[in-house]
Amino acid sequence: MRDPGLYDYLAYDQRPRIRWPGGARVAFWVAPNIEFYEIDPPRNPARAAWARPTPDVLNYSYRDYGNRVGFMRLFEAMERCSMRGSVSLNVAVCEHHPEVIRACADAGWEFYSHGTYNTRYLMGMTEAQERLVIQDSIDTIHKHTGQKLDGWLAPALTYTDNTLDLVAEMGLSYVCDLFHDDQPGPVKVKRGRLTSVPYSLEMNDVIVYNVNLVSPRRYADILKRQFDRLYAEGEHSGTVMCIPLHPYLVGQPYRMAAFEEALSYITGHDGVWLATGREIAQHFNDHYYDAFATASLPVGEAP
Amino acid sequence: MTIPDDYLQYARRRYGMDHDRYDWSMLSARKPVAWPNAARVALWVVPALEWFPLDMQGKPFKPPGAMQTAYPDLRHYTLRDYGNRVGIFRIMQALERHGIRASVAVNAAVAIRYPSLLKACVARHWEVIANGQDMDHLHHGGLAQETEKALVANTLQTLRAASGQPVRGWLSPAKSESAATLDLLREAGVDYVCDWVNDDMPYPMRAAGGTLHAMPHPVDIDDYTILVQNHHTEDDFRDQLCDQFDVLYRESQTQGGRVMAISLHPWVIGQPYRIRALEEALAHIMGHAGVWAATGSEILDAWTAAQPS
Repeated sequence: MRDPGLYDYLAYDQRPRIRWPGGARVAFWVAPNIEFYEIDPPRNPARAAWARPTPDVLNYSYRDYGNRVGFMRLFEAMERCSMRGSVSLNVAVCEHHPEVIRACADAGWEFYSHGTYNTRYLMGMTEAQERLVIQDSIDTIHKHTGQKLDGWLAPALTYTDNTLDLVAEMGLSYVCDLFHDDQPGPVKVKRGRLTSVPYSLEMNDVIVYNVNLVSPRRYADILKRQFDRLYAEGEHSGTVMCIPLHPYLVGQPYRMAAFEEALSYITGHDGVWLATGREIAQHFNDHYYDAFATASLPVGEAP
Repeated sequence: MTIPDDYLQYARRRYGMDHDRYDWSMLSARKPVAWPNAARVALWVVPALEWFPLDMQGKPFKPPGAMQTAYPDLRHYTLRDYGNRVGIFRIMQALERHGIRASVAVNAAVAIRYPSLLKACVARHWEVIANGQDMDHLHHGGLAQETEKALVANTLQTLRAASGQPVRGWLSPAKSESAATLDLLREAGVDYVCDWVNDDMPYPMRAAGGTLHAMPHPVDIDDYTILVQNHHTEDDFRDQLCDQFDVLYRESQTQGGRVMAISLHPWVIGQPYRIRALEEALAHIMGHAGVWAATGSEILDAWTAAQPS
C-alpha cells in the first residue's frame, strides 16, 4: 500500500481542546527501553542483527551495559525527580534479568511491549506468527508483573501491514509507533480502539547520540527547548512530551548529569502531569478520542 | 519472504545471559570495592600505538582509522603515523605532569618498526598491553583457529620480548573477537581483556583454560569517537571527560571504588590544537583527593584482592 491509512487529517489549530488532569499543560512521560539483544539470533531475511560478524563483541556488550550498569543509574535519577518510567520492554528481559523488572515494578512503573527481543524482527511474519509474538508479550508481562499489557512499540521498529490491527484486536489500547503528532489521536484499525500516544524520535537518545552524534550537554539543551515550547502551547490545549531512553546510552556516566539536569528542569515546573503512557492513553480515550475522530477529515485518494 | 517457525523459538531464553562467557550481574548489587589507600576512583589511561598498513585489506571490516582513499592512501597512512612520531610524546608530557603511568596498547608491528618508541614507554614504567599484530589483522569468526592462535602467540611473544614485561592485558584491534579469542588469550597467559564495554568495573570471564577478566575500557568516550566520529569540539571532549569523572567520583562515595578509563589515540588527541583538552581534563581529575592513577594490572590486582573469597 502507498498510504498506511492509519489516521485521518486533523489540523493542529482545529482540534477539540485537551485538558489534562489537574489542569496540566503538558503530559510528560519517560519511556526507558529495557532491551535484550541476543549475541547470535536466527537471521531475519530482511535484516541482520549486528553490523559486524558474529560474535559482535563490541555492539553486544555496549547494549549489555544498559542492564548491568546504566539502568540503575537512570533509575536513581528518575527517583530523585519523582518520575515513574513507562518501560518499553523486550519481554524476554523478564526471564533474563528479573532484578531489573522487580525494581521497576516496585517503583510503580508501567510495562508495555517492545517485542520479545530487540533482535527478533516482525517483517516477513505471517499473521499467525505475529499473533504468537503479541500473545507472548501479553502473557509474559502479566506473569512477571501482574500488569495488563496496554501499550506497544514494535521491536526495533519493525512491522508487517497487520501489526497495528493485531495489537488493537488483541486488546491493547495504545501504540508509540507513529510520529505524526504532538497530541494523542485515534488510530484507524480493523477492530478495537487504538490511540497513538506521542513518543518521539527527535528526543530519543538513540537518534540523538547514535545517529545525530550530539554531546550530552547539547542533548539537555534539546530536551529543555522541546519542553519549553510544548509547555507554552499547552496553555491553550494539552500537549504530550515523551523522552524515549536507552540505559546503555543515557546511563553512561558522562551523559547522566546533563540528562538529570534536564529531567529535573522539566519535572520542577508546575502544570506538568508526570504520567505514564497508559495514563495518557486512558485519559485521551475517555475524554477526547470520539471528539477527535469526529473532527478529523478523511484523507483524499492519492493520484 | 517467509519466516521459519523456529524464528519464534527461544532456546536461550532463561535467567542470565544468552551465552556462558560471563555471569549476569548488576553493578549496583555487587559488594563495594575498596581501592588501596582508600582511593575513590582508579584512573586508567590507555593510549593505543597503532600501525595501519598502506595496503590494508580491511577484512572482515575496516577498523576505525583504516585507510580510506584509493591505494596508496598516503594521507591517512602518514596521519596515523603522526601519533607514533609526535602525538604520543605530547601525551607523555601531559601524564608526567601528574605522575600518571599509562597502560599503552601496542600493535606488535609498532614494537618491531619503532623499537625506540616502545623503549620510551617502558622507561616511563608504563604497562604494555597487547593490541594485536597490526590494525589489519582483526580477530573474527572467519579465521581458522590455528591462524588466530598464531596471531595471539606471535603478538605476545614480540611484545613480551620487546618490553621485558609479562604483558597481561589484551585489546583486540577494533575490539573484534572470534568465539575462540578468549580461550586463546587465556591459554597464552593473558589475565585481562579490554574488548567488552558492558561494565564500569572489572569482572570475571570464563575461558577454556580458566578465568580471565574484562576491564572496563570504553569505546564511546574515547578521543576518536568524540572528536573524529562525532565532530565535537576539544572543549566538548574535555567537558565529557570531566562529567564522566564527576559522576563516577560522586558514586564512589556510597557505592565503592570506581574505575575511570581514558582511551586515547595519539594521532587524534596528540594534535597541537587538541592536547589541551586532555591536559585540562587531567588537571580537573587529579585535583580531587582520592584519585589513584594506576595501570591495568594494578587495578585488576587490587580488584581481585578486594573480592570476597
